[in-house]
Amino acid sequence: MRIAILDYGMGNVRSVETGFRRVGFDALLTRDPEEIRKATHIVLPGVGAFRDCMENLKTYGLIEPLKEALQSGRPFLGICLGLQILFEGSEEFGESKGLAIMRGKVVRFRGDMSEEIENRKTGVKRRYPLKIPHMGWNAVRILKDHPILEGIEDGSYFYFVHSYYVVPEDDVAVTTTSYGIDFVSAIARDNIFACQFHPEKSQKVGLRLLKNFARWRP
Amino acid sequence: MLAKRIIPCLDVKDGRVVKGVRFVELKDAGDPVEIARAYEDQGADELVFLDITASHEERKIILDVVERTASQISMPLTVGGGIRTIEDIRDLLRAGADKVSINTAAVENPDFVKEAAETFGSQCIVVAIDAKRRETTWDLHTEVYGEGFKFYAPVNPAALAPSWDVYTRGGRENSGRDALEWAEEVEKLGAGEILLTSIDKDGTKEGYDVDLIYRVSRAVGIPVIASGGAGNLEHLYEAFLAGASAVLAASIFHFGEYTIPQAKAYLKEMGINVRLEQEDVGQKGEEGSES
Repeated sequence: MRIAILDYGMGNVRSVETGFRRVGFDALLTRDPEEIRKATHIVLPGVGAFRDCMENLKTYGLIEPLKEALQSGRPFLGICLGLQILFEGSEEFGESKGLAIMRGKVVRFRGDMSEEIENRKTGVKRRYPLKIPHMGWNAVRILKDHPILEGIEDGSYFYFVHSYYVVPEDDVAVTTTSYGIDFVSAIARDNIFACQFHPEKSQKVGLRLLKNFARWRP
Repeated sequence: MLAKRIIPCLDVKDGRVVKGVRFVELKDAGDPVEIARAYEDQGADELVFLDITASHEERKIILDVVERTASQISMPLTVGGGIRTIEDIRDLLRAGADKVSINTAAVENPDFVKEAAETFGSQCIVVAIDAKRRETTWDLHTEVYGEGFKFYAPVNPAALAPSWDVYTRGGRENSGRDALEWAEEVEKLGAGEILLTSIDKDGTKEGYDVDLIYRVSRAVGIPVIASGGAGNLEHLYEAFLAGASAVLAASIFHFGEYTIPQAKAYLKEMGINVRLEQEDVGQKGEEGSES
């Protein structure tokens, strides 16, 4: 098998490679379209801005190989921006176009959400605004079983860092997460699994997810 | 809901962790890589390296430490200390850091924060604010309360609200900036997070400066990491009550006074949402490895 991780200048992608290595799989960091065509498993990571992500993919000539891979039936894992750009577009910077493999859009968390924290000793409650970016560990509620989530308990915590989330039009959601609202934190369809959280930063549960992906034969 | 984070901080000098760590049997108590792994095993939510190497020429050492650490852990790693240029940030991110923390360079040149956020994304730019409480002028002649309890009102009623100065160069230099205003400014410049250290409380173990945390947390829409003063678990609780998204702590974990799971169990009991470890996740459904 050959796991190819797309390295196209969008954040710390080496940690994805580290994650695979820690569960016993070699993965290749590459931006060579030929390597992507040869790979059996494709991973599209990425943090940062939606628009930069699409532009970088274009610059490196990766849009076509990526679309081919997505349609080829080979296992595909999208992480963070790698989930978002599967959709039609993002409201970031007005409007940015995505790959439109999935129907739906990418929207920003509203700035007016808040949470209440109660002091157990005094009973005093204080209300704080929810911070954006949504950064840190949050619980992932599993809606549907999926081979990639095998061995991972419902409600496990994964590491997130993002200000936008996907709103799919079709029934592709496999997990949701709550941050002021319930948003879709992972989707799956055929050979595609994509998550908003970062398995490569999520210690044991994250490594388990990467291992499941490496063994996945959709 | 999003869990409140606990972040151990390691001071690294010339590639070694200063004063070492003693909470677990380590072959080498000063090896950042080994300590990072031990903290990952404990379920720390993130890790911060603060590079206190004196000279700028020795930056290659921290890059090597970051690279070796990042290849052994699967959790977010922030590196701070002596970052002055876009190139410094690029080197650290390439070596495997997820975020960098900028302090003096941000105060001296706020556009650096903007440029860094635009180049690498807000999510990896942490601005560290070292804050020191300003002295308030008291009018010793105004008694507010009567017999038995004397309370002296400040000369200027506005001075009732505490304020803090921003310090740079490891707490040696007063920049003259107001900490609250600076926090709001760095948010506008594109910082993704604020690492807020109280100089007054740092190293005292008497608790965080909760006024400072409260005011900054309310003033900005980005997460605030509380730092400086943690001496026991209740202090961590107080920081979260004051609005912190995360707490940074060093000695209470390094020297085995408390473990991370102990801290989390206490906080959970107090109604704070923290992430507890899922035990046997690696073992379930195990079928041997392949490659």
